[in-house]
Amino acid sequence: MYGFTPTDEQKMLIDTVVRYAKNDLRPAGHDADEAKVLPPKLISKGWELGVLQASVPEAYGGFGERSAVTGVLAAEELAFGDLAGALAVMTPSLFVTPILLAGSEEQKQTWIPPVIEADWMPFTAALIEPSFDFDPNALKTTAVREGDSYLLNGLKTYVPYAAEAEAMIVYAALDGVTKGFIVQKGDGLTVSERIKLMGLNALPLYQVRLENVRVPAANLLEGDFAPVLASMQVANAALAVGVARASFEYARDYAKEREAFGVKIAQKQAIAFMLAEMATEIEAIRLLTWQAAWKLDTGKEDAFIDAYLASTGAADMVMMVTDRGVQILGGHGYIRDHPVEKFMREGRGFASFTGLAIV
Amino acid sequence: MTIEFETPKPIENARFLLQTVADNMMRPVSRQFDEEEHTIPFSYIEFMHSAMRAMGGGSAGSLAPGEEKKPEDPNKPKRAPIAYQLLANQLEMLSWGDVGMYLVTPGGGLGAAAVQAAGSPEQKAKFLARFNEEKPTFAAMCMTEPHAGSDTSAIRTRAVLDEKTNEWVINGEKIFVTAGDKSFTERPEFGKGFLVVWASIDPSAGRAGMRSFVVEAGTPGVKITKLEHKMGIRVSDTASISFDNVRVPFENILGSPTVEKTTTGFKGAMATFDATRPLVAATGVGVARAALEEVKKMLAEQGVTIRYGLPRQKLTAVERDVVDMEIMLKSAWLMVLKAVWMADNKQPNALESSMSKVKAGDVVTKITQKAVELMGPLGYSREYLLEKWMRDAKITDIYEGTGQINRLVVARQVLGYSGSELR
Repeated sequence: MYGFTPTDEQKMLIDTVVRYAKNDLRPAGHDADEAKVLPPKLISKGWELGVLQASVPEAYGGFGERSAVTGVLAAEELAFGDLAGALAVMTPSLFVTPILLAGSEEQKQTWIPPVIEADWMPFTAALIEPSFDFDPNALKTTAVREGDSYLLNGLKTYVPYAAEAEAMIVYAALDGVTKGFIVQKGDGLTVSERIKLMGLNALPLYQVRLENVRVPAANLLEGDFAPVLASMQVANAALAVGVARASFEYARDYAKEREAFGVKIAQKQAIAFMLAEMATEIEAIRLLTWQAAWKLDTGKEDAFIDAYLASTGAADMVMMVTDRGVQILGGHGYIRDHPVEKFMREGRGFASFTGLAIV
Repeated sequence: MTIEFETPKPIENARFLLQTVADNMMRPVSRQFDEEEHTIPFSYIEFMHSAMRAMGGGSAGSLAPGEEKKPEDPNKPKRAPIAYQLLANQLEMLSWGDVGMYLVTPGGGLGAAAVQAAGSPEQKAKFLARFNEEKPTFAAMCMTEPHAGSDTSAIRTRAVLDEKTNEWVINGEKIFVTAGDKSFTERPEFGKGFLVVWASIDPSAGRAGMRSFVVEAGTPGVKITKLEHKMGIRVSDTASISFDNVRVPFENILGSPTVEKTTTGFKGAMATFDATRPLVAATGVGVARAALEEVKKMLAEQGVTIRYGLPRQKLTAVERDVVDMEIMLKSAWLMVLKAVWMADNKQPNALESSMSKVKAGDVVTKITQKAVELMGPLGYSREYLLEKWMRDAKITDIYEGTGQINRLVVARQVLGYSGSELR
């Protein structure tokens, strides 16, 4: 059957996420972006909502089953609150979910419970590399087998919390095929100063250099990278939908207040039509994202293509919507007192954010 | 309740069947009926009619899903209703075959949809039974007038009650009536159809005075004045019809014969569009899918396959276009599915319905135009169907509410504005 309504269980979880996004993340977003730091309490509160914990089976310390659909529902709401905050809250899943998807039973037993059962801790992952044509399936970072270990070499960027991370998954090409490797703090990673981007100012991101970093052979995630990448792509798409919706709603409310020529500007078709198209494109990509997530959950053949399409489409959609968000506010939209310029700075990033989150 | 996208088995079966129809009955004659405008494709019509009858009066081609059957055993788990979802799938598939020919699929069309939406049980019984009888039968909706397109409240056609004979007397002029000729002109091959005519019973009441009337085929005073020559969907007749003192029985009015001060009657009528817009959107998606599949097939024949998964920076320009077309097509279809799913589940869907139409109108024009461009001199050639689909596609962005009118509906919905607040 077709269905477009979350289950009661999903609704309960999402309701708590909605409240947190609205009451905690959104009010903190502006100052966090300016101060370039997220309040730790804000992150731990988001972690305690249990979105990731609910997607990990009891055997590994969680209390549920992984569902990409639930994940994208939550991701949209979190990003609606604040993107940097959303990514911070979701960072540990960058470590946990790939192990769940591509790890061995032993790896799951060893690595997942300590993350899931504890307070929020910066376990993370390094996928993105600093090149214009970065391709997750053709990594420049390499892994070479040497006896009982792998030697990793390469340069990673956009790695959240790399400086503090206890451990991270580093993706590298092993015989030309992307694989994940669990790398721990003491393994010889070189972490740069924080990198500075157009957006995501509040999220600590780093470059990570690997020079003959040696990890035990047992730390290779043997499973396929494809479902991991697809789960990153639907997460990226869902986050984009959240940011776009945030911009749309802000611009819509502003347009209903702001007067020009004796009427609210929302009463002008030029503005009203922009808003109608924004709402339409947001809904289009939301549904594409839901379907891709559902296909991942049900193991459909074309799930990976759909996840790719959702992420690609989302990057265009969120740029269009957040650009218009600024445009509708006119000069005021360009001022940092309003959040729409921040949404727009974030909006452009989604073409490059795959790998920053996973559901 | 859950979020899921599994095509229900009955829908899958229907799609499979109609794919065969599209492949065998539509595509081979698409070009012929495009070139021979106003020629009636009798073999297709007769085939569809007997096939639909054999399947128990399936509603393909009729934009009015039948009444839901009551479950015989009340203890049996109630199946979720899928009538509109089924219909959207059928229309998508037929339009994939040929959207012009889909429009000449026998059945009630928009005329029957209006009866279904606003008629009494007696009216439904009287007017809708004919579509399952021996001969293929058509019905049409007469809404647009020369000076009143999207602004349906500007309609000038009048209906006046003659109290002596208890008949409505209709005067006015209608244009752009899809299947108007087949619904009205009596031919031995077809059963007796009808027109649903929009008219005002009280012009001083504005929209509140607007009603629709069933005018049976052959009624004196009705004249088909013109069959339009169109850019596309040429196999479908588009009629101009004049009404000169046309008399219909009192009981042929759909809705209340008295005018109240509210516009609920008109709004009720407009609600018909909430049901039909996603269906028209579905036809657009069908054409778009045909064009995209053809482009991919023609590319594959030249050894070009689309490398899904590559970053945009590594894709060729052609691949980027195809990927973008794919995103447009899939998301538009999902919007259609959501809108009809809401209709099946009796959820108000004015927003989703208009959104799906906005989106489908956008994507079908973009995809078909891009398809012609990408295939270069082949795309523009009448040797292939791509150029025809581009011409056919454009109507999707116009009828059943232009893209702009639907944007207005969407905007009012998302802003919470009335028609007077956002004009």
